[in-house]
Amino acid sequence: MKKLLTALLFAPLLAFASDAELHLDKAPVSTEPAALQNGAKLFVNYCLNCHGASYMRYNRLQQIGLSEQMIKDNLMFTADKVGEPMRIAMQRDEAKEWFGAAPPDLTVVARSRASEFGSGADWLYTYLRGFYRDSERPTGWNNVIFENVGMPHVLYELQGEQLAKVSEKDDGHGGKIKEIHLEQGKPGKMSKDEYDKATADLVSYLVWMGEPMAETRKTIGTFVIAFLGLLFVLSYLLKKNYWKDIH
Amino acid sequence: MTTKAQAVMDWIDARFPLTSTYKAHLSEYYAPKNFNFWYFFGSLAILVLVLQIVTGIFLVMHYKPDASLNASGVPVAFASVEYIMRDVPGGWIIRYLHSTGASAFFVVVYLHMFRGILYGSYRKPRELIWIFGTLIFLALMAEAFMGYLLPWGQMSFWGAQVIVNLFSAIPVIGPDLSVVIRGDFVVSDATLNRFFSFHVIAVPLVLIGLVAAHIVALHEVGSNNPDGVEIKKKKGADGHPLDGIPFHPYYTVKDIVGVVGFLIVFSFIVFFAPEGGGYFLEYNNFIPADPLKTPPHIAPVWYFTPFYSLLRAMVWPLFGLDAKFWGVVAMGGGVVIIAFLPWLDRSPAKSIRYRGPIFKTLLAIFIIGFAILGFLGTKPPSYAFFGVIPGAPVAQLFSLYYFLFFLTMPVWSKIDKCKPVPDRVTG
Repeated sequence: MKKLLTALLFAPLLAFASDAELHLDKAPVSTEPAALQNGAKLFVNYCLNCHGASYMRYNRLQQIGLSEQMIKDNLMFTADKVGEPMRIAMQRDEAKEWFGAAPPDLTVVARSRASEFGSGADWLYTYLRGFYRDSERPTGWNNVIFENVGMPHVLYELQGEQLAKVSEKDDGHGGKIKEIHLEQGKPGKMSKDEYDKATADLVSYLVWMGEPMAETRKTIGTFVIAFLGLLFVLSYLLKKNYWKDIH
Repeated sequence: MTTKAQAVMDWIDARFPLTSTYKAHLSEYYAPKNFNFWYFFGSLAILVLVLQIVTGIFLVMHYKPDASLNASGVPVAFASVEYIMRDVPGGWIIRYLHSTGASAFFVVVYLHMFRGILYGSYRKPRELIWIFGTLIFLALMAEAFMGYLLPWGQMSFWGAQVIVNLFSAIPVIGPDLSVVIRGDFVVSDATLNRFFSFHVIAVPLVLIGLVAAHIVALHEVGSNNPDGVEIKKKKGADGHPLDGIPFHPYYTVKDIVGVVGFLIVFSFIVFFAPEGGGYFLEYNNFIPADPLKTPPHIAPVWYFTPFYSLLRAMVWPLFGLDAKFWGVVAMGGGVVIIAFLPWLDRSPAKSIRYRGPIFKTLLAIFIIGFAILGFLGTKPPSYAFFGVIPGAPVAQLFSLYYFLFFLTMPVWSKIDKCKPVPDRVTG
């Protein structure tokens, strides 16, 4: 009960207006193998049934510390060979019929969801924690930052139900802003903190999957810039030496 | 040189102008000794051109210009770019070099053009160099525009859709012209393939030819300099300009410093911020092209936005023609008018160092206005500064200023109070 009250107290206040800004929560993105592995597990279990990640090969998961055997035994449900990409069995035209839109491929979703309001990770972190009950929707769910989303709350068993309290606020220009205030309803398997941590891991995994070479890129970049810095000094000295007689 | 090596050189020189070309363009090409920071960008533009060609050659080995959907329901072209980013060894670095190189090309070229305006590099006898330069700029815009379609993301698709549709505003021939450009009634696989062809073969050939003409014309008349004086007017007993130094080794070693300095900045972006904050790789372009789903806001890449603002500024139909047509005229005119600078500028002094307050003031406003036009071009027309000052009229004001700056130049450049220009460069 105490936990629930804390959850209530810190329940994010999220404003939504049709053409207005998105208020996104800052995602605590991690590059730790443990977080990424947990994220991969959640991704495979909860996302990879409807969403594919068709540019992502299973064996690349070795990069986050999993052995080929571990990948085969625990994460490969829809592929035979570890070099195959994360495809799904669902047909796109059927998916479109069921959800109104075919669920998008998620390989680079963390990159495509970035905007002036925050990083793609922030969007995903807010989105995954922003589902609430809405009896008017065919799925029974709605989302604070993705109004009338076709996707149901697949992490429902973990988070439980959130209920929305809608209030209208004056926007200062004579219009109204719809404000959605979320409250915890029926609890799930996880406490609010545990659920936040789980979504953070999932988002961290999506960020990693969006650009698996990102950390390598930064490491190489450091060496490249250090080398160029040295080359700059040398080339400057060379120039100075050649130019010493020019006045 | 040993006699044997000399013999080989003699053999070649009797059949091909190797030594004489080397002398004419490098070791005995006399350049003014007072080049400053602004003179790095010409050589840097060549560097970026080479970088784009070399990285482009390797990208084409794995890129597939194919708009059809693969087994996972993703366009093949889009998937092939991600294949390059993930499965091709070193592919990500080649691709980031190419995508960052596109923006770097425009940064360098804009600064190079600005240098020309600062020091009057377009003035007699360098009019043709300037015209070739404007044509290079135009070809570069075509190259960048068509290259941007290739990743086949949402911005690629809808950006191309918007720009090609503009051509349909031209009276009589417009609608047919836009169909010819697209090869279809909408942007489609046919468009992707012809843009690919133009991007990797036709336009690069034109670009290289124009760059060669640009340099040959430059070496014919000699470089201008920050003082805007002609160094060829004062020659020493040896027949070489008193204020000139051989391009090689002096400017080759100096340009190496510029190249390394540039590469440091460039590498920071490639390795630490390849998306350039959404300006170099737009976020929406990580979503595959979907002809049935228009993005809420379509913005061209940053280097086109000043001209895109000129286009959007025209909202009134004139002489029975659509406002869209006048927008196209404004955008095209905005580029073409640059070529006329040599004849619009009537100032007695070439360089800003000796030009008067009118030029300095108007140029400062011009640069600020151009930057504001660029900024507003990335925003929807409804944008307002701080939420209160509407952007659209500001863009119209600076669009008007853009053209007035050029069109009234013959008047104000003549009456401006210039300082006396020295005979020799001042260092």
